[in-house]
Amino acid sequence: MTEQTANEVKNPTRRNVLFKVGVAVNAVAGVLVAIPIVGYIFSAFAHPKLVGSEAWIPLGDANTYVTGQTRLATYRNPFTRPWDGATAEIPCWVRRIDERKFQVFAINCTHLGCPVRWFQESKLFMCPCHGGVYYEDGSKAAGPPPRGLFEYSTKVENGKLYVKGGILPTLSEPLTS
Amino acid sequence: MLRSVYNWLDKRLYLTKLFQSTAGHHVPANSGSWFYVFGSATLLCFILQIVTGTLLALVYVPSTNEAWKSLQYLNHVQYLGWYLRALHNWGSNFMVALMTLHMVQVFLFGAYKYPRELTWVSGVFLLVATLAMAFTGQVMRFDEDAYWGLGIGASITGRVPFIGDRLVHLLLGGPIIAGETLSRFFALHVFVIPAIIIGIVGMHLRLVLTKGINEYPVPGKPVRRDTYDGEYEKIIEKQGVPFVPDAIGKDLIFAALVLVLILAFSAIFGPAGPSGPPDPTRVDTVPRPDFYFLSVFAALALLPDWMETIVLFVMPVLMVGFLFILPFISGTGEKSARKRPVAVLSVITIFLVLGTLTYMGDTAPWSPKMNAWSGQSVPVDLLQHRTPLEMRGALVLQNKQCRNCHSLEGHGGQRGPALDDVATRLTRDQLIRQVIQGGGNMPAYGKNLSPAEVDALVAYMLTLHPPSHPPARDSAQPQISGNPNAKERGVGEAVRKSMTGKSQ
Repeated sequence: MTEQTANEVKNPTRRNVLFKVGVAVNAVAGVLVAIPIVGYIFSAFAHPKLVGSEAWIPLGDANTYVTGQTRLATYRNPFTRPWDGATAEIPCWVRRIDERKFQVFAINCTHLGCPVRWFQESKLFMCPCHGGVYYEDGSKAAGPPPRGLFEYSTKVENGKLYVKGGILPTLSEPLTS
Repeated sequence: MLRSVYNWLDKRLYLTKLFQSTAGHHVPANSGSWFYVFGSATLLCFILQIVTGTLLALVYVPSTNEAWKSLQYLNHVQYLGWYLRALHNWGSNFMVALMTLHMVQVFLFGAYKYPRELTWVSGVFLLVATLAMAFTGQVMRFDEDAYWGLGIGASITGRVPFIGDRLVHLLLGGPIIAGETLSRFFALHVFVIPAIIIGIVGMHLRLVLTKGINEYPVPGKPVRRDTYDGEYEKIIEKQGVPFVPDAIGKDLIFAALVLVLILAFSAIFGPAGPSGPPDPTRVDTVPRPDFYFLSVFAALALLPDWMETIVLFVMPVLMVGFLFILPFISGTGEKSARKRPVAVLSVITIFLVLGTLTYMGDTAPWSPKMNAWSGQSVPVDLLQHRTPLEMRGALVLQNKQCRNCHSLEGHGGQRGPALDDVATRLTRDQLIRQVIQGGGNMPAYGKNLSPAEVDALVAYMLTLHPPSHPPARDSAQPQISGNPNAKERGVGEAVRKSMTGKSQ
C-alpha cells in the first residue's frame, strides 16, 4: 500500500466517500428497478392461476350431442383478449355416454400436445405426430402417451352442457386428474 | 484533397490505429485457407438476417389475429414481400448450416484448445442462441404448424417437475396459447435474442483479436500451455500477414458465393409457408417442426416412454455442458485431425445420428396416415378370387382404419407391420387374439368389432400371403391330410393341395 492510499483509508477524501455513497445508492436504486421488472416477467409465478383462466364454459344445448357418439365442439377461451383472433376458439371432443353422462376430452395428445382426431368407425382417437392412440373413453390404447386423454369437468344445467376449461392441459396441469 | 480529408478524420478518430488493431491485425499466413471461411460467412448471414428481418417487421403484425394475414399480404400483395420472406428463410437455413460447418472445422482443427477456450465457449452460446432464433422464428410464421409447435413446446415444458405449470404460463404468457404468446415470442425473436447474439459476437471477435486466429495445425506439433504463446508469437513474427488485405481474399469470395446462393435459393424455392391459418379448431392438421428440430421430433417418437422426460431435460444439458467443458478437458495436445481419430469418429457418428433422425422425422413412419383408410384403394390382386366372407373382411379392414397404421402393397401407414403377407406370420388363432386384445403397440379392437366382423376380417387376412409362401400354421397341431379346418381357415385351394401333398 502506498503512502497516499494508506492516508486515504485513514482520512477518506470527499471524492472517495462520494464514490462509495454513489455505488451504494445505485445498488439500492437497481434493486428498486429490478422489482417491477422481475415481477412483470415472472408474473406466472406470482399469480399462477389467472383470474378467469378456469371457468364453467357453455358448450351449447346438451341435446345437440347424440347418445353413444363423440363429436368435436369448440368453446371460447374465457380469458380472451380482442386481438386473440382464431386462437380464442378452443376445440374439444364431447362424448355422450347416456342421458346424463358426458365425457369431454381436451384436443391435446398427452404425449406432446398435438391435436388428436376421432375415428367413429374404429372408436379410436389417433394423434398425427407420434402415433398415440386412445380408446373411446379416453384411456390410452397404444403409442408413446404417458396417460389417457386430459378430461374436463362437466356439468349439465338447464339442458346446457358446461365444461371447466381455459388452460392448455399439460402433464403438470392436467385439468382433472 | 481526399488525403487531407482522411488525415483530418484520422487525427480525430485514429482510423489508421483502429484498422491496424482490428481488420489489419496480423494472422498466420496459412490461416488464409478455404477451411477458415465459414465463421465470416456465418456472420454475414447474421447481418443479412438483421437487414431482411427489419424489412419484414415494416409490414408484419405480431398479433395472433393479424399475423397470418400479414404474412399472406407479404407473400401476395407487398411488392417483393415474398422475396424478402424467402431471403429471411433461406438466410436462416444457411446461417445454421454454415455455423455447423464452422463449429466442425474449429473442432477438427483443434482451434478450441489453449489459449482459445473462451472463443469456443462464446461460440457455444452463439449456437444455443441461433437455435433459439430458429425456434422463435418458426413461431413468427404464425400458421397451424406454429400454433401446434407452441403446443408441443408447452407440453415439453409441462414435464418439468414441480414448477412445470408455472413455466408453461411463463412460456405462453398465460394459461393457454393466445395473443400474448405471439407478442412474447416476437419480443424474443427481434429484441432479446438478437441483442444477446450481437453482444456475444462482439466478445467472439474480440477474442479472435486478442488470442489470434488458430494457425493451420501441423500433425505431430501438440499444444503445450507453457510454450504455445511463444510459438504463436514466433509464427506471427515470421509469417504473419495483415488479415486485410492479405488473408481475407478467400473469405470474400466465399461470402459472395453464399450471398448468390441465398439469392438463388430464394428465387427458385421461394418463402416457407405460411401453411393453414393458426385456427386450433381445424383439427385435420399434421404438425411438423422445421428442419432443425426434426431430429428431436424423431427421437421423441422412437424413445421408450419411460426415457422421454429424462432425455428431454438431461440430454440437452449433458450435450451443451459437454461442449462447454470440452476446451477445459482437452485443452492441450494434438490439434491436427490426422492425429485425432476419436474426434473424427465423433463427428461422423454425430452426423450419422442427426442425419438418420432427421430423415426419419421427415418420413415419420410412426405416424398413422390419417386418411389412408378413406383415401387409399385396396389393390385389385388382393381382392380377386376371394369368397364373399373374405371380401367382407377386406371391407372391415378398410372401414375400421386398419390401414392408417398397416400398409397394403406399400400404401398406408407404417406404424404397424405391412399386412400383405400377414398370413405367413400369424395363424388364425393368433390373428383373432391380436385383433381382439391388441398388444405390441396395437389397440385392442375387441369392443369395437362384432364377432361376425372379426370372423370376416381374419378370414380375409388369412388369404394375405404370397402364392409361393404357405401360410403360418400351429406347429403343435400336426398337419393331417384333408384337415377339416383347412377350408374354414380360408386357405387358398392351391396352397392347401401343396401342403397336403407334403404331409403325405
